[in-house]
Amino acid sequence: MSTMLNIAGLWKSFAGFVATRDVSLDLKAGELHAVIGPNGAGKTTFFNLITGHLRPDKGAVSFEGRDLVGLPPQKIVRLGIARSFQRINIYPRLTVFENVQVALIAHEGQQWNLFRPGRSLHREGTAELLELVGLAGEAAETAGELSYGKQKQLELAIALASQPRLLLLDEPTAGMSPQETAATIASVRDIVKARGLTLLFTEHDMGVVFGIAERISVLHHGEIIASGEPESVRNDPEVKRVYLGEGGGHG
Amino acid sequence: MPERRHLIASAIVVLLLALLPLAGSRYAVDLATEVLIYALFALSLNVVIGFTGNISFGHAAYFAIGGYACAILLTTHNWPLIFALPAAVVLAGLVAAVVGYFCVRLTQIYFAMLTLAFAMLVWGVAFKWKAVTGGDDGFTGIKLPAMLAHHVGFFYFTLAVVAVGVAALWVICHSAFGLTLVAVRENAVRAGFIGVDTRRMRWAAFTVAGTFGGLAGALFGMYHRGMYIENAYWTESANVLIMVLLGGIYSFVGPIFGAAALHLLQVFTNQYTPYWPTVLGLILLVIVLVLPNGLIGLAARFKARQGKT
Repeated sequence: MSTMLNIAGLWKSFAGFVATRDVSLDLKAGELHAVIGPNGAGKTTFFNLITGHLRPDKGAVSFEGRDLVGLPPQKIVRLGIARSFQRINIYPRLTVFENVQVALIAHEGQQWNLFRPGRSLHREGTAELLELVGLAGEAAETAGELSYGKQKQLELAIALASQPRLLLLDEPTAGMSPQETAATIASVRDIVKARGLTLLFTEHDMGVVFGIAERISVLHHGEIIASGEPESVRNDPEVKRVYLGEGGGHG
Repeated sequence: MPERRHLIASAIVVLLLALLPLAGSRYAVDLATEVLIYALFALSLNVVIGFTGNISFGHAAYFAIGGYACAILLTTHNWPLIFALPAAVVLAGLVAAVVGYFCVRLTQIYFAMLTLAFAMLVWGVAFKWKAVTGGDDGFTGIKLPAMLAHHVGFFYFTLAVVAVGVAALWVICHSAFGLTLVAVRENAVRAGFIGVDTRRMRWAAFTVAGTFGGLAGALFGMYHRGMYIENAYWTESANVLIMVLLGGIYSFVGPIFGAAALHLLQVFTNQYTPYWPTVLGLILLVIVLVLPNGLIGLAARFKARQGKT
């Protein structure tokens, strides 16, 4: 497998607080990679640096050989990286259907079409994606009125609409019940495998991670303290000390 | 894809308006002409407000540019209307594109203040460039083709132009572009992450708004046979803003109702009392306190309640 995403020596600080400290990571095409760490470890900042939402102070990010630093989010998406957000980030007043439809319109570059009726475009593609994430029955509902778990699913559908090769999911199961979590994780894994995507996701729940990830990196105080296969990470003494000890149950 | 019932309803409205002159009241025809012009003006502003979520406080600038340009081309340069009107509209659009280029770098109150600042510049030009605009005497004596000299002829001309303008705005607002604008309004960050250059989208919307605002202004100048610096003043921007808010920003047709309601109310109020600004203040209070989604929002609430009982 070739390297798809290469991150080297990434730094970011906010008013003296170092949120990302010399982070390096290689992501191979087709791999399911989890970034774990307690709340405040810098997982979301890390994602924001990759996707152009934040600009790193130092370091390099390259995707399929292309330098991403300095590119705005809309350019990075078009290169093939889509993401979801930890905190729900949808269009609350649009319908569920339109939330996905707009993403397909943007993916096809049709946002500059002033004549074609927007609501007639990509109806099939939208329906397929909603079916895929289990929201076919809620298509006509106002997105902001969905339950939390369903809004998370909608986030996933929006991200998939950009037809990414690399999918970044920021805590895809945050706030979900254990049953919802299990179902979501299973569905994410199936989708990613079926579409041949590469997945980078963050989680704070250890159980979720070991169920899906092929490789795990542990972020602590903005630094990667361990990276590798689940078993080796689980047995890493440093990880045990700073992370597993806190939650218990996996040590 | 306009739904059939929308097309039918629009056709009926246009037809009824077309029959209005048969009633024989010049007063009614003039009032309808004014309402049509303000409806187009308000709709154009809502492309910025309702579809991008930013308040423009300087929309009178494009209204005035369209109005003055059309008036000057017709009168000073003796252009035929068929060239003068499109040229005036294009000029308003171009100025909106230049101003918008800077304004869309900002959002919210900063955006609003910048649009106001540019509008005051336009007002300043109209005021100071006396040789061309007539300064504070206004630009009067606009020459119109004979066909439009009669108030009924002008009414039909206005009805046709406004109908085409509203139809064009309808298409734009319901296009892929329009739907994407709504996404930008709802969540600009998310829109960026689906590959949309939100700033350029807002820039285009601003330009569209200015273009159609210019068209409304051109009609206004011809109707009044004159343009005056008050038409470029910030109070005019505020007036159209209130029309939009009164009608409701989240509905395409809202501003049309807002424009009609506010303008008719102003005309009738002026017949009884000189205190229109006071009445306007009260209307604004009502909008802010009980009608956050305007008249359209009120109608929707009413409908929902009826559905329940």
